[in-house]
Parts: sequence; structure tokens; C-alpha cells
Amino acid sequence: MDNAKHKALTILIKAGKQLVLPLISIVLVFIVSSVILLFSGHSPISAYGAMISGAFGDMGKIADTLGTATPLILTGLAVAIAMKGGAVNIGCEGQLYAGAMAATITGIFVKGLPAVLHIPLCLLAAMVAGGLWASFAGWLKVRLQTSEVIVTIMLNYIAIYLTDYIVTYWIKAEGMVVKTPNVLDSALLMKLYPHSRLTIGFIIAVVITVLLYWMLKKTVFGFELQAMGYNRAAAETGGVNLNKCFMAAMLLSGALAGLAGAVEVLGVHKYFIKGFSPGYGYDGLSIAVLGQNTPIGVAVSAVLFGALRSGATMMDRATNIPGDFVVILQALIILFVATPGIVMELRRQGRILFMRGKDGKQA
Amino acid sequence: MMDLLSQAGVLFSSAIRIAIPIVYGAMACMICELSGIVNIGVEGMMLAGSFGGVLASYLTGSAWIGLLFAMAFAMVFALLHGILTIRFKTGHIISGLGINLLASGITTLLLVSIWNNRGKSDAVAGLGTVQLTFLKNIPFIGEAFGNLSPLFFLMVLLIIGFWILLYKTVWGLRLRTVGESPKTADSAGINVTKMQYTAVLLCGALAGIGGAYLSIGDIGLFARDMVAGRGYIAMAVNIFGGWNPLGVLCGGMVFGIAQSTQFRLQGDNFPVQIVQMLPYLLTILVLILVKNRARGPSAAGKSFDRAEV
Amino acid sequence: MLSLCGGFPFRRTNGARGLTVNYLEMRGITKSFGSVMANNRVDLTVRCGEIHSLLGENGAGKTTLMRILYGMIKPDSGEIYIKGRKVNFRNPQDALRHGIGMVHQHFMLSDTMTVAENITLGSEPRRGFFYDREKAIREVEELSKKYSFRVDPRAKIETLSVGTKQRVEIMKALYRKSDLIILDEPTAVLTTNEVQELFKVLRELRDDGKTIIIITHKLKEIMQISDRVTIMRNGEYICTKDTCSTNPQELAEMMVGRKVNLTVEKSTGIPEDAPVLFELRNAVYRENKTEHLSGVSLKLHAGEILGICGVEGNGQTQLIEVITGIRPLTEGEIVVKGQTVVNCSPRKMVELGIGHIPEDRGTRGLVKELTIRDNIVIGYQKRKAFSRKGILNTKYLNEYSRDVAEKFSIKADSISSPISSLSGGNQQKVIIGRVLSQDPDIIIAAQPTRGVDIGSIEYIHEKLLEMKKAGKAILLISADLDEIRKLSDNIAVIYNGKIMAQGRNTDFDEQQLGLLMTGYRNQEDKHG
Repeated sequence: MDNAKHKALTILIKAGKQLVLPLISIVLVFIVSSVILLFSGHSPISAYGAMISGAFGDMGKIADTLGTATPLILTGLAVAIAMKGGAVNIGCEGQLYAGAMAATITGIFVKGLPAVLHIPLCLLAAMVAGGLWASFAGWLKVRLQTSEVIVTIMLNYIAIYLTDYIVTYWIKAEGMVVKTPNVLDSALLMKLYPHSRLTIGFIIAVVITVLLYWMLKKTVFGFELQAMGYNRAAAETGGVNLNKCFMAAMLLSGALAGLAGAVEVLGVHKYFIKGFSPGYGYDGLSIAVLGQNTPIGVAVSAVLFGALRSGATMMDRATNIPGDFVVILQALIILFVATPGIVMELRRQGRILFMRGKDGKQA
Repeated sequence: MMDLLSQAGVLFSSAIRIAIPIVYGAMACMICELSGIVNIGVEGMMLAGSFGGVLASYLTGSAWIGLLFAMAFAMVFALLHGILTIRFKTGHIISGLGINLLASGITTLLLVSIWNNRGKSDAVAGLGTVQLTFLKNIPFIGEAFGNLSPLFFLMVLLIIGFWILLYKTVWGLRLRTVGESPKTADSAGINVTKMQYTAVLLCGALAGIGGAYLSIGDIGLFARDMVAGRGYIAMAVNIFGGWNPLGVLCGGMVFGIAQSTQFRLQGDNFPVQIVQMLPYLLTILVLILVKNRARGPSAAGKSFDRAEV
Repeated sequence: MLSLCGGFPFRRTNGARGLTVNYLEMRGITKSFGSVMANNRVDLTVRCGEIHSLLGENGAGKTTLMRILYGMIKPDSGEIYIKGRKVNFRNPQDALRHGIGMVHQHFMLSDTMTVAENITLGSEPRRGFFYDREKAIREVEELSKKYSFRVDPRAKIETLSVGTKQRVEIMKALYRKSDLIILDEPTAVLTTNEVQELFKVLRELRDDGKTIIIITHKLKEIMQISDRVTIMRNGEYICTKDTCSTNPQELAEMMVGRKVNLTVEKSTGIPEDAPVLFELRNAVYRENKTEHLSGVSLKLHAGEILGICGVEGNGQTQLIEVITGIRPLTEGEIVVKGQTVVNCSPRKMVELGIGHIPEDRGTRGLVKELTIRDNIVIGYQKRKAFSRKGILNTKYLNEYSRDVAEKFSIKADSISSPISSLSGGNQQKVIIGRVLSQDPDIIIAAQPTRGVDIGSIEYIHEKLLEMKKAGKAILLISADLDEIRKLSDNIAVIYNGKIMAQGRNTDFDEQQLGLLMTGYRNQEDKHG
């Protein structure tokens, strides 16, 4: 019994230590962003107040927050998995669009299937589309050592324009708005809370989080992926097929991002519309960094970001601050979390200050 | 015949205009990476330059002050990138991406705060163009060079200047050594940190000018996220140009010519989305062509730590 | 013969005696890195115009001490005096200005730049802002002639041999007019001949009035070149002796702190009818238009240790890579236990019973971010006992790893600790344990005792001999000639991607091996 307690305590302490950096970073972020807000003539208090009530004000809002978090969990996992393998996938936005389009097409044109088959088919199509979109960049890296950073970014723009083209010229719905017709009812994701963004997509995201956690800890692929991410040469010597593993990482990453697009289209919008993603793919990067590339960390960070986004919409309506302010928060989070040095430096300065205060003389 | 040359001239002029911001961005990238600091944040620095230029021009009525402020504003972001990567050893790529997001967020926030418009700012005084009337009657040359932004001529001077700086001066030799092997430079008594900060600030200044061209040098206003990926394209052009000023100029011009030719060939009936995709497709193509030849400074991307040696 | 040093004339006979002024005095130098005390109140006195050796094992603190002297690291406490005046170096530039130059063990050279550029870096000849390339080349040429260095100022560093690169490093110090030159393990990468050439240069420099400090752990060379030797152990100063009044045995004991057996064990040879477990036929390996291996053929018998000796950079790395499947052969054949192998990959070679102890545990051997257990598993994660259908059997893995740690005396708190918490010797034992516990038939041991303390070295050598007795075939690749001589039944010398000679250990003598390692095939070539 004691042993179990000791083990639980060790895990808690370990988790606690891991949380220190992100928590301090978030505090710093709020301080810095408050300064920015004040500087541009806004009140931080009303801003954050609006954000918090917008995110958690009532059950409906909480449901919306979780619903917003759903694609974020998936794109966050997408970036994190790629990072684990040493790949830098900035292309989640494009892969998300590719997946969304694939899900839409499958949702509109595959007729006569019951929901229990149609939905998985649409999701699968999305994962394949997203995976392929990412593996193009992966293939270039493996064959030609081309930087996947630049290629995935380029593919983002290409995906957005390409899907725009497809909607405008090939499957446009009647009317002025540039969108596709609705997908069939059999493809729709059921809502978990009425009139909100929360659908079973959220359950899917959570399940995938758990699956990925298990994969990293308990499977050969997870083992080889992480070895490759830490030390390619040692992984190579250790029998890992680097090319195959890298491609698999990019494929998986893209598939997750594609899935994010699918849950948005099938759950929230019911059709594909140009510009449906306010940058969920790019958010994935901040979320992965904040979550330190671990599945659980990513899931928690995604909920936080979902809250930020939900809250930002409210803040936008209540105050005059554009929702883009969230972008600044994200940037600051990335920079602070990715720079443990800042936190350490502050601790050092804090210690010196503390000691000076105590003795009244120089430390 | 004359007509053909004339049309070619117009095409070339359009190519130059496309190339200018990209060449500035590529130069910025080049100088930064030659010192060993990888910079994905050129996109954000250019955006800062675009915004800064418009803001100062709006406040003072002078586009030239706008240009100076553009450089300064971009250099602030560059300095941030420098501090994060040099002092705090942050991963270069993550820092760059964070800078891009930060620049995007801050410029949009300020855009809304100042002009109450989520899409674009008011029109401001621009830099105008340099009219070389004496060239007007020469076929091709007249169309190509007769009506260009002063930033073009500055660009050419800078290319030559940087080439001399990098390959003929002591400072250039030291900088290149810092990027190749910082411990070699350090053990020879060179202040690696100082050189890297200098390079990063130069990078910011150049990116600022490139961004300023897009706003006060071209359309005369600021639109949100107006750099639209040119910063990343500039990175690819730098790789294509082999981290060399002349190569960068060539790469930028090749890109400009390819894009302006494509625009011309498409005509009006072509779907606008396909045309929009072109620069990004082109960039991927460029990267594919360069493949293994891409060999940058050996120590680019690694943080220098004396104790680790 | 009179020489000048700091303006004080003194008579030099055999070694630097007479009215000496101490060039350098370091007093009470202390430096810690975290919980490790690299230098603990160390004193060092070096006289003008002498060659002074600094002796100690890996991790004794010698390099740290010299880095402090060169201004690369700041000591926690202690003082430094140059020619009687106290100095405080904040960076290498300060040290250089005071006439101290350092030749590092891992060269501080910029590969893509020329010799002249590297040598003049930091004090470049200039015309205003511009680099005076011609003057730089001229000055380097003059310097080269003065001490017969024989380097081409216009050559790019990446094209030079290791010995030449080292001479460039020394020239860097001389160009800056250094009076005190520190050399950190200078002979680690040189052939016997190149070592003699280096010593010739060092003696010329000393005769010219320079003071030299050599950091080394090679006892024979200390006896050969130095006037005095200071011994360090575990970060502490032990003593200083005149070389002529001591011997290798005494030095070894002071270095390690206990009696050491320096004598070489003769190997027991291989049984007559031992089967050939591994064969390499006419292996050629080409990459980027360079041919790294040019027709190498080897045979490994059961119960045999075949030692490949040669200076680093002559194809050993590529040889290991093709044998272990990391790189594909361009031409030639690999035959394992009678079967020709096609489409080699590291995984396949492991399955065929080849165990690989990599030459660089930092880059290829271990993943420092992972735990000890993970590092024991890596390379074998697809083995039936460890995983089924892609899922790891973590319970068994933990048990197995604990067993391995015990069997191989790996000192660690728990197998879930990060591998970075272990010492170099223990890390190497993890790799050895990983490989040997899987019962391979063929073992490729590359630089198995590099950077490892003497206790672990003895342990690793014992284990390899155990494996030999158990009938395994072992390919030992090492730059340490003594190690090869101690362990091998047969020896092959590799030079420039070719096997220069192969035969029984007892057929060769030191001199022959030294010559073969530099490319001489015949006795006659030596005089030619």
C-alpha cells in the first residue's frame, strides 16, 4: 500500500515539476500582454473579464469552449507527434483544409450509407487526404533533404487556394456565399449539447489523445519514433528505418490535422466554406509547445486555447479588441515556454533580489 | 520588333517589382544565417516594416521617415529574436515562428486601434518612383528601368555593398567564420555574441525595408498580413542563391521573371485562385531544384556555448 | 648555450635548469561544474623555456585547468601569475594578448576556409577595413618555412590531413606571437612518424625560447619529450617530477592512485579448425565521389579477435558502417555464417547475430534523453522477447534491464534514470551489456574504451576476452595500438581504405605497424 502511495506521489511531483514552466510562462504572458493592451489603449481587466465569461460563463459557453478545443486538440497532437520524431510540421492548416475537403466530398457524394458507416468513411477520407498532403513534404525531406518547414508552409497557401478553387468552380452551392452544399445527414456528427459546437468530435479527439499516449509509451513504433527524434544516428544504428519512420510521422501528423478539418466541417458547419478555419492549424504549434509535445499536455493546452478563442469572440463583441489579440497571446506563450532560460533567469534574479533584501547588502 | 522589346521591358519591370521585397527578405535571411542564426521570422519582420512605414508616414506625412521607422520597428522584432536565440538559447525555428505570430498579432491590433478598420489602414504618403526620363525612348531599358521605386536602386547598392563587405573585408571574414565554426572564431578572440547581434539587427533593417516597399513603396497603405508568405519565399530564394548576395539577386530576379511571365500568360479568364497559388508552387519547385546543393553555414541553427566546447 | 626568456639569460643544459624564472604559476585553482569538482585547489608551476607535461586520466581535470588558463572558463577561486605578474583573463583574447596560445585537441578550424584565413583570424593583416589577403598568404608562408611546417596557405582546411591540420593549429599560436603554447592531447590522432615530426617541431620551438605545456595521458611520450611532468588525479594536484628522475610505472601509479599492471598479455591464439563466421570480400564503398574503402577483404573465425589498427580517418568508420548495415556496399560481398547477405540494414545484421559497439557512444551509441532501460533495449526492440506485434512487453523489458545492469556492474540508482546521469565508463558498459546480453556470434567493437576510466577499461577488456573464449568472432577497431596488441590474435593495418598488411599479432613489431599505418608497404620504402 505504501509502495502505491509512494509511486503516486512520485508521479504527482514529476507532473508538478513539468507544470512549473508552462504555468510561470502563462503568468508572464498575461503580464506582458496586459502591457501591450494598455499600450494600445485598452483595459486588460475588461478584456480578460470578457474572455473568461465568454469561455466559461454558462454551460452553453463551456460546451462551446470544448467544441472549439476539439480541432485544436487534433492539430496540437499533429504538431506534437511530428516533433517527437524530429519533424517540423507547420503545414497543419493546409492539411486541415485538405481533410475538410475530402470529408465534405465524401459526405456529399457517397450516398446510401447509414451514419455508422458514413461517418467513419468521411473521417478516413479526411485522414488520408491530410496524411498525403503532409507526406509530400515528408517525401521531399527524405529524398532531397528539402526543409519541411518551408515546404509545409507553402503547402498551406496552396491548399487554401486549391480548396477555394474546388468550391468555387466544382461543387458550389446555390446562392451568393462561396460554400458547398450541405453534407448528407448521415455524415453529420451528433451534438453533445444543443446549439453548441460540442459534438462527438470531442470524444473522438479525447480517444485519440489516449491512443497516442499509449502508442508512445508502449509500442515499438512509438519507441523508434522518439529515438529518431532525439538522436537520428543512434536510432539508425539501433535498427530504425529512418526514412520509413519519418514518412510515417509526417503521415500520422497530417492525418490528425486532416481529421481536425473533418470534425469542424461535419460537426460545426455541415458544409465546407472558404476560410472556415481561423488558423486552427497554426494554433496547433502553440498548443504543442505549451503542452511540451506530450499527448496529455497537448489536450489540456488545447482546452486552454479553446477557452481563449471562445472568450476572444465574446471579448471582441464586448470590448473593441479584435479577436486577433489571441494571436499575440499565442505568440507570447510559444516564446516563453520554448525559452526555459527566461524563467530560469528570473528565478536567479529573484533569488539574488531575495538574498540582497535579507542581508541588506550585495549577494 | 520594337513592340516586342517594349513588352519585354514592361514584363521585366513587373518582374523587378515582384522581386524587390523578396530580395530584401532574402538578404536579411542571408546575413542572419551567415552568422549562424536561422531566421524563420523574416516574414514577421517584414510585416513589422510594412506597418511601421505606414504608421510613421501617417503621423509625419513623410514616407522617408516612414522608411526609417519601418527599419526600426522591424529591428525591434529582430532584436527579440536575437535575445531569445543568442542569450536564452531558444530553438531558432520556434523563436522565428513566435516572432511571426507576434508581429501579425501586434500589427493587426494596432491597425484596428489606430484606423478602426480590420482590413486596412488609410492611404498614406508613399515613396513614389524615380522617373528616369532620359531612358524613356530606349526600347526595353526604358520600360524596364524608367519608372521604379528608389528602393530598387538602394537594393542594387546594398547587394554590391554586402558582397564587398562579406568577401573583401575583415569583418566579413569574421562573420562567415562565426557561422561556420563559432568555436574557431571564439578561440581566435572574436566576440561571437557581438557579431551575431550585429547580424541579426542588420537582418531586421533589411527586412524592414523589404516590408516597407510592400506598403509605402507600392500600394501606399497597410493591409493585415500583407506580406502573405513572401518572407518564407525569401528564405527559399536565399537557399537558392547559396547565401551569397549575387546569388540572392539572381534568385530573386528569376522568381520575379517567372511570376510576371506567368501572370502575363494567364490572361484575365484564368481562375484567380490558380494564379494566387503560383508563387508558392514556384517556391517548392525552386527548393526541389536546389536540393543537395543547399549547404548553408555549418553552424547555423546551433546555439554557441563556450563551456560546451 | 645561452637562451633568452623574458630578458633573463640562463644556462640550459639537459632540461631547463639554472637561474630560472617561472613563466607560469597557477595557485589554488578551483572550479566546479554543478556537483562535479573539476579542479580542487590545483597548483601548477611551469618554468621558462621548458616542455612541461600535464598527466592524468580522462576526467582528471587537466583540460579544465588549461581552459581556465586560456581564458575560456572562469575559475571559482585561485590566482594566475605570468612571469611574476598577476593576471585575470576574461576571454581567450586576453590570454592571447599575454602571449598564451592553445592548440586544442578537437581542432578549432573552419573547414571551408583557407589555411591563411584560419591562421590570421583575429589578427588579420588589413588595409583599412579590407582584408589584405596577399599579405596574409605571404606571412603564413614565411612562418611555415621558419619551422619547416610545410603547409600551403591557400589550401582549404577540409582538404588537409589530420597531421597537417594540427600543424596549422600550432601555427595559429605562433602567428599570434605566443610565448607559451599549450597542446591538448596532440598525439591522439597522429601516426608514430607524425608524432616524431611533431616532437622535432616542439624541440625547435623550445630552443627558440618558447615554453610548452602538453596535456597527455601517454606515458611513453612524456618520457620522450618533456623536461618535467605534473600529475593530476580526480581534480587534484598530486606532484611534479623531473622526467629524468621517474619512469612510466611510477607515473602510471601516481596517475591512477594504485598499482597498475602495464605488462601486455599475450593472447592464447585460435583453435585450428575454427569456422569462419564472417567474411568481407573485396568491399568497396564510395560516397560523394570519394572512395572510402578500396577492396577490403577480411575473415573472422570463431574465437578470434581481429584487431584493425590505423590512424582515424582511414576508412574505419566506413568499414564499420558497411559491416553493420548502416551504409550499403558499393561493390563486394558480405558473407555471414556461410550465407551471402543482400540488402543489408542494421536490423538485418542484428538478426543475423552481429553485435555492434559503436565508436562514438554520444552520437551513435546512446540516446542521452532516454532512460538506461531504453538504451539497453535500443537495437533489439523488435526481438520476440521484447515485443509482440509491435507492442512492447514493458514488464519483461524492465526485468531484463535490471539483470543486465547487475551483470555488467553498471552503477546506477534505477534503470529508469536518464542515461546522462552515468559516467562515461558506465555508459560504455550499458552499450557493452546491451550487445553482449543478446548473445551475438560476431561482435564489432569500435574504440570500445575511448574516454573511459582505467577501471572500466580493464573490465571491458576482460569481457572481450571472455567472449573470445566463448567462441565469438570479434572485430576490434581501435586507434590505441597498445589495446590492439594486448587483445588481438590477428592484426590488420588499414590505410587510405586499404588493408596494408594482415597477419598474426606476433608477426609484427611496433615499428612495422607504425610504418604500415602511414602507408609504407615495404621495408625499403622507409629509406626511399
